[in-house]
Amino acid sequence: MSLRLLPYGERAVLAEVDDAAAVLGLGGLASNARGVLEVVPAARTLLVRFDPRRTTAAAIGAVLRSFAGGEATDDPADAVVDLEVHYDGPDLAGVADEIGVSVEALIRQHSGVDYTVAFCGFAPGFAYLSGLDPALHVGRLAEPRTEVPAGSVGVAGEFTGVYPRSSPGGWRLLGRTDAPLWDTAREPPALLTPGTHVRFRPR
Amino acid sequence: MIEILEPGSYASIQDGGRPGYGRLGVARSGAFDRAALRLANRLVGNRPDAAAIEVTLGGLSIRVHDAVTLALTGAACPGFDWGSATTLRAGAVLRLGAPPQGLRSYLAVRGGLAATAELGSRSTDTLSGLGPAPLRSGDQLSVGTDIADDVRGASAAPDPVRRVLRVIAGPRDDWFTPAALALLTERAWMVRPESNRVGIRLDGPGLERVRPGELASEPTLPGALQVPPDGRPILFGPDAPVTGGYPVIAVVRDDDLDAAAQLRPGDSITFRR
Repeated sequence: MSLRLLPYGERAVLAEVDDAAAVLGLGGLASNARGVLEVVPAARTLLVRFDPRRTTAAAIGAVLRSFAGGEATDDPADAVVDLEVHYDGPDLAGVADEIGVSVEALIRQHSGVDYTVAFCGFAPGFAYLSGLDPALHVGRLAEPRTEVPAGSVGVAGEFTGVYPRSSPGGWRLLGRTDAPLWDTAREPPALLTPGTHVRFRPR
Repeated sequence: MIEILEPGSYASIQDGGRPGYGRLGVARSGAFDRAALRLANRLVGNRPDAAAIEVTLGGLSIRVHDAVTLALTGAACPGFDWGSATTLRAGAVLRLGAPPQGLRSYLAVRGGLAATAELGSRSTDTLSGLGPAPLRSGDQLSVGTDIADDVRGASAAPDPVRRVLRVIAGPRDDWFTPAALALLTERAWMVRPESNRVGIRLDGPGLERVRPGELASEPTLPGALQVPPDGRPILFGPDAPVTGGYPVIAVVRDDDLDAAAQLRPGDSITFRR
């Protein structure tokens, strides 16, 4: 596994690896290291924020370099969330048309795979799910919608995801779910956290 | 109870924020000038990160319905003593004028503000909408009872606004020409009017990249100097998005981020390695 360590101010270090699975694996390792305050994964990078009174970027680098790859060890890795989806999104037919399949085939392809939450971003609880069939990699809308309803299931590039709350957005919308993705009265408030496995079930 | 008569151009409730939720897509938020918040709270005997009002360019007017003890820190505003605990009697009205320098002031009340907390914080996150809404005329704020210590009296004079911020190059300095890195630390940068708690937008010589395209989304932190395609850096504030796809050329040292909170549109600043 290739690993590059990049400085991020004097209280964090950014680790760059090959893919989302390696990011999650590193994250599990880093979150248990001495002096680490927070670990934030993204697509190919992991941010490790630390207490400079208790550790150094070099010490964290040494811990990260000891990672030899393998299974993600982020805490909710064993959790599987099934999301029931109404496949009636406004972009369903357009995406099927663009990739040259029927709507039924698109629904089968999108719901026939187990996904993993690679990271959250864009908005609280917005999970980027990896594992999308490369045939379903399509671009974002040229003009983002000013309001995407909460629960909308979309695709963009290599990721699929669900809008946790109503917001502007440019993902291509295939359907919607009624599952409560974000609830600040719950711990954790996000239903989908990094490492969680996700399945979409058509209904 | 504290009644907001006028919030000024922008005022919100801020405390120590929500650090540690980045992996769920939640920004740190909280007071932009953290040292000023802590000082205001210490003066009135609160815990250091208790919720207070963050005022932008003065203009806040309040009426206190009960006697309260308040302290103002950050940018000094005409209309109220800076850096000392002052008790107002019930019914008194406080009007803050515009600060002659600096941008953000902190008005702490003994006992703290008792807004509903989300994810352990009462801070308004202007980007994600977490926490209470920004303050508006007519809002009634409850005063809490969380007192940590005696009232501390007075502090020294406010620090002058600092216009030199120290940076550490990276993580993506290699996406830019050597000339761009030199420009970042040699030239003056002007604060643009579109600046807010999400980011301080800067104007100056465009920073040229050696490679086109975008990064896969990367985690970010307040203090990051992200450079969009127009080459003008944005200094990320406490409400900045937690991931972003534009390269970060350098990161402002954490100790200097409080000073950035006091930069106002039109101010000129420099960065130093």
